[in-house]
Amino acid sequence: MHNSVIDIEHLNLFYGKQHILKDINISIPAKRITVILGPSGCGKTTLLRSLNRLTELDASVKMSGKILLNGQDLLSSKEDVTTIRKKMGLLAQRPYPLPMSIYNNVAYGLRISGRRKKKFLNNRVEYYLRQTNLWEEVKDRLREPAATLSIGQQQRLCLARGLAVDPQIILADEPTSALDPHSSRMIEEKFAELKNNYTIVLVTHILRQARNIADHVIFMYMGQVVEQADARDFFENPQEQRTKAYLQGQFY
Amino acid sequence: MRKILKIEERFYRVLMFLSTTFIGTALFVILFSILRTGLPHLSWEMLSEIPHGGYYFGKSGGIFNAIVGSVYLSLGSSLIAFLVGLPIAMFINIHLIRHTKFVAVIRFLLDLLWGVPSIVYGAFGFTIMVFFGMRTSLMAGIITVSLFILPIIVRAMDEVLRNVPKGLLESAKSLGSTNSEIAYVVYFKQCLPGIITAWLLAFGRAIGDAASILFTTGYTDYVPHALNEPAATLPLAIFFQLSSPIPEVRERAYAASAILIFIVLTVSVVSRILSCKYNKNKINF
Repeated sequence: MHNSVIDIEHLNLFYGKQHILKDINISIPAKRITVILGPSGCGKTTLLRSLNRLTELDASVKMSGKILLNGQDLLSSKEDVTTIRKKMGLLAQRPYPLPMSIYNNVAYGLRISGRRKKKFLNNRVEYYLRQTNLWEEVKDRLREPAATLSIGQQQRLCLARGLAVDPQIILADEPTSALDPHSSRMIEEKFAELKNNYTIVLVTHILRQARNIADHVIFMYMGQVVEQADARDFFENPQEQRTKAYLQGQFY
Repeated sequence: MRKILKIEERFYRVLMFLSTTFIGTALFVILFSILRTGLPHLSWEMLSEIPHGGYYFGKSGGIFNAIVGSVYLSLGSSLIAFLVGLPIAMFINIHLIRHTKFVAVIRFLLDLLWGVPSIVYGAFGFTIMVFFGMRTSLMAGIITVSLFILPIIVRAMDEVLRNVPKGLLESAKSLGSTNSEIAYVVYFKQCLPGIITAWLLAFGRAIGDAASILFTTGYTDYVPHALNEPAATLPLAIFFQLSSPIPEVRERAYAASAILIFIVLTVSVVSRILSCKYNKNKINF
């Protein structure tokens, strides 16, 4: 068992009167890819969003329980929520580049952390764009608006932008669902590299993707965690009846 | 059945065509009648000189005082309304995002204020002036007009900011941005064209309104040199000249209208150009 970065204890989440997440107890291992798998509407995206407290943007959401990041509870933490969010980069279902140039999209994260030296910024922007295989494609048009990029490039730009904040964890919410197969594969390959330095939590409903890159799997159904295990154990030797049924494609 | 659908389709197309033509014609007739009467009286003297003695009886002079007064008043008040209104619009869309009911109440109140006739703002401004012992002045006018256009500019900007997808807000939050960074960097850049349009709308209302400045700014034949002096304005210049029994003076009112239209048109074109220029960074979701 690897060291866990995030431990969730008895997490319950209500949206109005609806009970969305029911007594979630999971741990997410460090520097590995943890895939949260499950059919649509099972609460996997909500679980991911509760990690960096984006769920708070909705007043009708009530949470209880503990989310421990390196042993520190995020929900009762006195720490500023922006500091918590800087520790986790988010890759959304579809890319939301910032309304500025390609260069500034990456530099934004550095600037809000107080790094403003031009040389340093140039250096880092190139580094993160190379990290996401985007540098060669955009090096001659860094000053052009991010909106001119294709969707696949925008998603990689969003990844570069997220990495520039220097997070510990990457949260990815079906990051390939809006992308073409080629861009999807690029993102998947990138994740496999990035796990050497980052902890990755990926939400997906694509079984193939989960099989390809998962190290650890959390299977959710109707707001509950049904099973969590190492990827190999999970796919080859599932313990629960519902997991078996899902893996055989009996429900989606 | 298909035939009925076809007739219905044609009926509504004709209806839409007619209403569009009607609006277009009305606009054209307004412009035409103003320009036809006004243009012959429009001269360099009219634009560059203040009224000489007996101007309102048809003698020589111009309405330079009113042009300057109107520009001062509308620029000043739209600037104040912008500086106060932008933070309000940002605040209700970003900081108060959790409090949807409270925001709905704010929007309702702003819409109510939008609907209040400008003469009521004028009366309110006048009361305040009397309370502080101020005399009619450019300052009083700017404050009154700012109050009057504030709900307009806030709601106009609010409608633009509201259309920013939540995903952009969440992405920016996930990067660890504070609310102010999101407001004045991300949202501002995304919505700049709309913000310029909102300002233009407020400017148009400010320069065209007569009722709110009647008691607050007053009227004078001189160009104001300080904020505590009264100032002439184009809408009131039109009003005073149009109520004259002398035909020539009445016709000059049309020239003043033409100047007013020209100012609004210029500002409108310039802001369009600006908003196209700043449109390039906008992400179309």
